[in-house]
Amino acid sequence: MALAALTASGPLIAAAGEPVIPNYGAQSSSCEIHNHFFCASWVSHNWDSVLWPALRDHILLALVAVSIGFVIAMALALAAHRYGWVERPTVIFTTILYTIPSLALFELLAAPVGLNVFSAEIALVSYTLLILFRNILAGLRAVPTEVLDAAEGMGMSRVQALLRVELPLALPAIVAGLRIAVVTIIALATVVYVIYNRGLGVPIHTALGEGPFKTELIAAGGLAILLALVADGLLVLLQRLLTPWARAQTT
Amino acid sequence: MHEFIEAFRFIAHDGAVPGGPALPSLTHLALETLKVSAIGVAISVAIAVPLGVWLGHVHRGSFLAINVGNIGRALPSLAVLAIGDAFLGLGLTVVELALVVLAVPPIVTNAYLGVDGVDRDLVDAAKGMGMSGWEILKRVELPLAVPLLFAGIRTAAVFVVSTTTIASLAGFSGSLGDVIANETSYHFSGVLGAAICVAALALTVEGVLMLVQRALTPRGLRLEALERAAVEHPAAAVVT
Repeated sequence: MALAALTASGPLIAAAGEPVIPNYGAQSSSCEIHNHFFCASWVSHNWDSVLWPALRDHILLALVAVSIGFVIAMALALAAHRYGWVERPTVIFTTILYTIPSLALFELLAAPVGLNVFSAEIALVSYTLLILFRNILAGLRAVPTEVLDAAEGMGMSRVQALLRVELPLALPAIVAGLRIAVVTIIALATVVYVIYNRGLGVPIHTALGEGPFKTELIAAGGLAILLALVADGLLVLLQRLLTPWARAQTT
Repeated sequence: MHEFIEAFRFIAHDGAVPGGPALPSLTHLALETLKVSAIGVAISVAIAVPLGVWLGHVHRGSFLAINVGNIGRALPSLAVLAIGDAFLGLGLTVVELALVVLAVPPIVTNAYLGVDGVDRDLVDAAKGMGMSGWEILKRVELPLAVPLLFAGIRTAAVFVVSTTTIASLAGFSGSLGDVIANETSYHFSGVLGAAICVAALALTVEGVLMLVQRALTPRGLRLEALERAAVEHPAAAVVT
């Protein structure tokens, strides 16, 4: 369709059959000019100026979103644990938020909130809620009644029982939710650039406009995937550190 | 609020921009979005359901089935589309390929967990009644696996609709994302109008799939199995 020319964001026009040459000035190596599979030299030249800032912003965007999402989801889950009627409306509302495609949600928020970090974070936070709420609540509900009776028998108050018995026992389910949320948000944050020019979506967007320039696509896309896998691994380690009793049981 | 009024006017005009060049109508783009998404989900279901169900039936490959779901979640749609674009050139085939790459993992994982998690006593009872492996699969395991299996398909459908619109950012045309990616021609009111349509479309698809899921799930089994799955299998689908 004719729209293709309009939607691609300003690619450099090359003569038919000629490779598209990304304009990297005198530094350009022949690998970059011919747009080969992967040019390590481009990555090392552009790490400090392009890739690292994008990666750093991406980490910040995800970290802030998951932290805020965790606080909100925890509050909602505790409310639903105490007052059962909270669960249904929360699940319905967060499912709707989760279902709205990211590109649409970013634009819907840009209208009232503006093209800024707040729209970006509100959208990212809204994608964490369903995942975190479901897992935290499921974890809390899975605590056996006998254990709670024992806590009560030891003279613990409700708050003490929650902090010292229920939450620690729910920890594996909570961390499982955090892992899914973190990985999902890191993947979604690549689209943030449409309303807020930050994160690994920025170099992906640039590379698409330049040809597409393969090295930059692979480097930026690969960093996003790598970041998700590393964050997932770190959370597994965190869970091991926080639940030494689980390790003692299984080994 | 003014922007939203303009956006609804844009929707009411079916995507016509006053004074602008003739562009595809919103209805046409919505139908294209549905078509591209439906093909993606259909191919993914055809690949992933038999694979996941078979792995669950023979109780093998749990590591593969569960981890493929985790890795699938880590793949950013935009990166998958962009890399497909770089190597194969962006057309319908590459978009469908990207959709399948993103949709297969959650379906495999959930189909596996659904069938693998069926109570072994029930399977033994079915064996004792003289059922063959195929009959057990068809009459015992599959009906009991429906809630989880369908949760996987619905989660995949969320990814697919979302990715179909994102494909426009990578330069593919033929979805509502075209409007969102082309603010120059459509202005912000058009972008916002299209975003509203995309959200409505995704929610409708989810609603319809939820009704199908309800109709297919044996009575007495609803929700309870899913609650359990959420605790036992962190890799299980998000949308239940």
